[in-house]
Amino acid sequence: MQELLLIAVGSAFVNNVVLSQFLGICPFLGVSKNVKTAAGMGGAVVFVITIASFCTGLIYKYILGNPNIMGGELEYLNTIVFILVIAALVQFVEMFLKKAMPPLYNALGVYLPLITTNCAVLGVALTNVESGYGILAGVVNGFATAAGFLVSIVLMAGIREKTEHNDVPESFRGTPIVLVTAGLMAIAFFGFSGLI
Amino acid sequence: MNRCTERIFNGLVKENPTFVLMLGMCPTLAVTTSAINGIGMGLSTTAVLVMSNMLISMLRKIIPDSVRMPAFIVVVASFVTIVDFLLEGFVPSLYSSLGLYIPLIVVNCIILGRAESYASKNPVLPSIFDGIGMGLGFTVGLTSIGIVRELIGAGQIFGIQIMPDSYVPFTIFILAPGAFFVLACLVALQNKVKNNLAKKGKEVPAQAGCGAGCASCASKGICGGHLAGPETISKTENNNGQEGA
Repeated sequence: MQELLLIAVGSAFVNNVVLSQFLGICPFLGVSKNVKTAAGMGGAVVFVITIASFCTGLIYKYILGNPNIMGGELEYLNTIVFILVIAALVQFVEMFLKKAMPPLYNALGVYLPLITTNCAVLGVALTNVESGYGILAGVVNGFATAAGFLVSIVLMAGIREKTEHNDVPESFRGTPIVLVTAGLMAIAFFGFSGLI
Repeated sequence: MNRCTERIFNGLVKENPTFVLMLGMCPTLAVTTSAINGIGMGLSTTAVLVMSNMLISMLRKIIPDSVRMPAFIVVVASFVTIVDFLLEGFVPSLYSSLGLYIPLIVVNCIILGRAESYASKNPVLPSIFDGIGMGLGFTVGLTSIGIVRELIGAGQIFGIQIMPDSYVPFTIFILAPGAFFVLACLVALQNKVKNNLAKKGKEVPAQAGCGAGCASCASKGICGGHLAGPETISKTENNNGQEGA
């Protein structure tokens, strides 16, 4: 239990997926103009990454890393299999939500297709395998990583809403000032490194 | 200028993936802690890009339109796996410093973007040169960011001491926040150049990329501009107009 808690705090705050590992920078910069859309994107990412870590963990344990199949030498297929599973999973989740949970679909639907190309999803799946996490630890790690993404994108959107009408030097308007803000947030997140 | 050299010029200068299109931001920020890592990542991406462009261009009449995205992803992922093993076998030091970011070349928007917008519509030879041009443009971008960060953050370039011994390095520049600051300054510099051009009444190349527009985004097919505000959509239309012209 304690070990799982350490994994969770570590991947949500200490090694924040956006601010220290630079995964998922595209949505972080692109979909953080206001808090509502940022929260929608973050919610969709939490949903997909948690399910994806479970599925890829299952596939790794019983097929790719299984010593009884080809002597456990199928590991070289990790990247190819995981990206295809993630792409298919996203489509599937979208269809399922549309049928079964319309309110949730209305909130997250638009963001789901974009997540296939979010490198955080594949990144978490590969990290789980590399760190030797089991299925449970992998799901916890995935959920915590995505929660870290949610926290940082919502914080960023909040800051951007406040600073939108500030008098920024002309050439720093737009992307540059967002990047500077992200840099300052990354410094602030260094404060968590003493936690573990 | 013939078509092949035009493609290389296009990738290096006109549509430079790092400075103009702002694509592939994750590796740009993550691996540029030193110049040598920047070159390594840039060249690995170039290798994948050239080979995937070549194969996708060869198969462009065979792959059905409705399943093209999964097909492209399989092609790209296979080449990434090959590059991953080659690096592990021949340059283990680079392999360990790039780590997770080598398999993540699969989801680099530059590669799927070029497959979708160029290689799937053009003959093999121009597609190969398009890959070389774009890849070299990316390599130049990563290497220059790497040089700046390594020089300020460690006083070295390619591991050779440049600054005098009395120089105290700003370690923050080789840590995570430094990546954001250096990139912010580079984009601001580029904005300044653009603003000056616009004041002189010259044609300004429209900016595209994940943060700014859908024109060269790999997921525009599935996204359909849902997330783009009116500002972004008008930019996208401008881009398309320019490509047509």
